Amino acid sequence: MSEFAPSTPAPASSLRRLPKSPSLGATGFLVVFLAPSLVLFTTLVILPMIQAGWYSFFDWNGYGVPENFVGLRNFQQLFGSSVFLTALRNNGLIIAVSVVLQIPLALWLATLVSRRFAGAVFFRAVFFLPFVLADVAAGIIWSFIYDGNYGLVASLGHALGFDPPFLLADKQWAIYAVLVVIVWKYFGFHMMLFIAGLQGISPDYHEAAEIDGASRRQRFLHITLPLLKPTIALSVFFSVLGALQTFDVIMPLTQGGPANSTQSMVSFLYLFGISRMKIGFGSAVGVVLFLMCATFAFAYKKMVLKDE
Amino acid sequence: MRFRIAIAAAAMTFASMLGASAQTTVRMLTPEKNPKINAFWESVIQEYQTAHPDVSIEQQYMSGDAMMAKLPTMLSSSAAPDIFFSWGGGVMRSLSQTGAIKDLTADFDADGGAWRKSYSPAAVDAFSFDGKVWAVPYKLSMINFYYNKDLFEKAGVDGDAIRSWDDFLAAIAKLKAAGITPIAVGAKDKWPVHFYWAYLALREGGSQSFIDAKAKRGDGFKSDSFVKAGELLQKLGEAAPFQRGFEAAGWGETLTDFADGRAAMVLGFSDTPENLPDSATDKKGIGQEKIGMFAFPSVPGGKGDPAETFGGNNAWLVYKDAKPEAVDFLRYATSPANQARYAALNADIPVVASAASEITNPLLKSAAESVGKSPFHQNFLDQDLGPDVGWGVVNQMVVELVTGEISPADAAQQIQDAWDLQ
Repeated sequence: MSEFAPSTPAPASSLRRLPKSPSLGATGFLVVFLAPSLVLFTTLVILPMIQAGWYSFFDWNGYGVPENFVGLRNFQQLFGSSVFLTALRNNGLIIAVSVVLQIPLALWLATLVSRRFAGAVFFRAVFFLPFVLADVAAGIIWSFIYDGNYGLVASLGHALGFDPPFLLADKQWAIYAVLVVIVWKYFGFHMMLFIAGLQGISPDYHEAAEIDGASRRQRFLHITLPLLKPTIALSVFFSVLGALQTFDVIMPLTQGGPANSTQSMVSFLYLFGISRMKIGFGSAVGVVLFLMCATFAFAYKKMVLKDE
Repeated sequence: MRFRIAIAAAAMTFASMLGASAQTTVRMLTPEKNPKINAFWESVIQEYQTAHPDVSIEQQYMSGDAMMAKLPTMLSSSAAPDIFFSWGGGVMRSLSQTGAIKDLTADFDADGGAWRKSYSPAAVDAFSFDGKVWAVPYKLSMINFYYNKDLFEKAGVDGDAIRSWDDFLAAIAKLKAAGITPIAVGAKDKWPVHFYWAYLALREGGSQSFIDAKAKRGDGFKSDSFVKAGELLQKLGEAAPFQRGFEAAGWGETLTDFADGRAAMVLGFSDTPENLPDSATDKKGIGQEKIGMFAFPSVPGGKGDPAETFGGNNAWLVYKDAKPEAVDFLRYATSPANQARYAALNADIPVVASAASEITNPLLKSAAESVGKSPFHQNFLDQDLGPDVGWGVVNQMVVELVTGEISPADAAQQIQDAWDLQ
């Protein structure tokens, strides 16, 4: 490469405009600037990942060094565990609800509050508020709301004249109660993404379409939606990865109960791996979770986000 | 100018070196939240530091669950505490087997066993195995039924007369007939339910069935004692004696229900009555004089001695590389005189039998006397059997038993299967 030779014509890219240094070539810059982050990334991300993979072949309680090699037993136990299958199903449910309910809700609200009207900023802030709240705080607040004696649900029940249910105590309904909290907690984030996306759409298109007599519905379907596609794709990406990692909301609400009906993969990892001091088993869950997240992330990037 | 800065820097370095060599810092990790107990520890630390100006004791707080999860990492790092709280049982056993904690036998037996003799033998036994002492005993707790005298009177139940499981079931029926919630329990936390199962098994088969099961002799946790305990627990669940929504209630909500007078009974710790005002919505609650207590009833045909007790035993563990001052400080902190001071707080049961006379709360005193006379004190199973089998499997099974999700035989099988893998 001769970009840095003085004889080259006027450089086009910003990299080429770098002053020629006698000691640092392009590789030199890469080494100097990349090394610190590479070292950090390796010690804080790559190494623990390899470690977890290594631990997943051992029966180990975390004290001392892992010695009891058990091969694939942890993985066998994992896939034979009905609780893990429930957790998988719940994660699937969270993904479905996020994509089918939460994102359309966020999009709808975004189209409402991105218009200029008195109070738009106020509504944006209100809808965004749940997302600002710490997950654990949101969980605790909702556990009060769901309380069958004193919660909002209880008052509602009394007002409407029926015996208030204890939603979180019912293994049929608890997961739906958790889903409501998850949608409530995160729709604001997606709404903000959509507002940003909507503001990037030039009003000229809408104006032109309006002049041509397009209805509001037509404008939404043929202008807003196609132009918002990149944002929606990103939103789905965050939704799925977030759903796979659901944990903080579940712990204060149900701790995975009753009868393990509200476990997610991460709460399963924590309660069946770390709390029980089965670090090897927990690592096996971590490996499976990582593979799922990584497969999804790469596949989605290749197939859906490829244009961006 | 530059010279002066250099002198100042040198002086500061020298001073900090001096400081470092003169001070030994002993770090102590505790999950204690009770302000009374923390005030006690602060004054003990002050006294020790005054007597030993070169030692500084630093207390660090961490919640029990967080401590259990973080200890493995802490103990393999430079952040390892010198002294840390323990519930005994399986975790302590793993810690000793991996050499993470100090063997205290030599310290206990020095001077003709002076230190050892300062505790009741049962307390030292609880933290000894393989013939070695692994911990400094600190306090005991006992699980008993506490009841609301007013609600019992309203339903026509005599709490003092409850001796057998049938008496207990009859009391539940009477309370229900009077429209009173008989028992508050927290099944979200799971462990409050394991008190029932463990006590039922203890009353069924006595200490021997626990000793055999833990030693993997005979049928272990599949033996009749444990299966029958499961059957009785399941029947209790079928009688629906618990508050509505107990499946989603934690221990804190349970205490509030009892403290506010919404439930007639709670199977609680020996320090539960003393802590009740804190749990009450109005910070007063039903009042100490309104709380009665009875021991866990005997079961029909049970072989267990009703004098046997179930509860916790807590101790301090010493890190393998701890400074020698750590052991010396614990010797001072748990001396008979300090145990008497601790007992006077009415916080829990001291590990020196004579100190129990300092307790003034009648319910706590009576529990302390029961433990003092007890021929066998079973530690909480979620501690004793370790976090995997005890906390993980037993606690899960007992909740499924009480809610009718699993048969008593299957639950016993799952517990034994998990224990076999240990």
